[in-house]
Amino acid sequence: MNTKFIAIITSALLFVLISLSSSHVQASPVDTYEFKDEVTKIRFNALTKELRCPKCQNQNLADSNSPIAADLRREVYDLLNEGKADIEIVNFMVARYGEFVLYRPRVSSLTYILWFGPALLVLIGIVVVVMVIRKKPKIQAEETLSAEQQSKLDNLLKEK
Amino acid sequence: MNKVIRFIPLILFVVLGVVLYRGLSLNPTELPSALVGKTFPAFALYTVEDAKDLKTNADLKEGIKLVNVWGTWCPSCRAEHEFLLEIADTERFTIYGLNYDDERVLAQKWLANLGNPYQFSMFDEAGKLSIDLGVYAAPETFVIDHNNVIRKRFAGPLDANIWRNEFEDLINQILAEQKAGK
Repeated sequence: MNTKFIAIITSALLFVLISLSSSHVQASPVDTYEFKDEVTKIRFNALTKELRCPKCQNQNLADSNSPIAADLRREVYDLLNEGKADIEIVNFMVARYGEFVLYRPRVSSLTYILWFGPALLVLIGIVVVVMVIRKKPKIQAEETLSAEQQSKLDNLLKEK
Repeated sequence: MNKVIRFIPLILFVVLGVVLYRGLSLNPTELPSALVGKTFPAFALYTVEDAKDLKTNADLKEGIKLVNVWGTWCPSCRAEHEFLLEIADTERFTIYGLNYDDERVLAQKWLANLGNPYQFSMFDEAGKLSIDLGVYAAPETFVIDHNNVIRKRFAGPLDANIWRNEFEDLINQILAEQKAGK
């Protein structure tokens, strides 16, 4: 009885494991590229992660199944084999598809607000906080009583 | 001074509201082409009609050229096909097809059945010229002037309305430039 129970549990676990691993395989497109060395492979993976698929805008080239992404992956592969540098490949893509293909936009007058906007907002926040904190003592000073008022208050308290 | 400060949150809210509201009506698939103003890229491709007929830039006629990217897998290309046939009969420009990611037999059937508005169609199976043109979806239409400079890229199916609003003036402008000898 006990062994039967264990057998059922193990087979159930195996089923879950297998279905999990197979779904993982299906998740991203499979290309069969052969790289001349490990460095090229790493560069290929890095580049296809950094470049956006122009058709399916919220995916990078590595993740997308669309035909254009497959074509562009092959283009990246060919350019790597031609011995092009990473920056040359990125420039190649930008020349054709525009700055838009870069998931990490370059620093230019158009993208200043993207790059420096958050820092600017933090700075403004700090300035506001500092201003608010600095104001407090001033208000307290106004609220202290004059000598005349103080003596009046003392008298009132004494009477009680 | 204090009164002005009190209004800052309201002003920020209105500004942010206007920006975000305008963002709602933007079309994220409408991208500026990186190629407008550049020379039409060099190519050497066989035609859809004949697998042995190699065409290069030298085979494009003088004057204004329209290059229309199409594929039999693309429903919008089917939608604009009739309109292309309508405008093909003109002296003002010549239309060339760029068949992208397709099968030759299917493409030949398509042209035989629906009519052929193109001077010829380049068969770009590997997408080489299409990538050089920054094509990411079909249909797309490029306007190339008499100096082989890309003047416009339009993504999406053409119709009479779009033609009138987006192309007519540009074609006339290029014709005028051509006459002036620019």
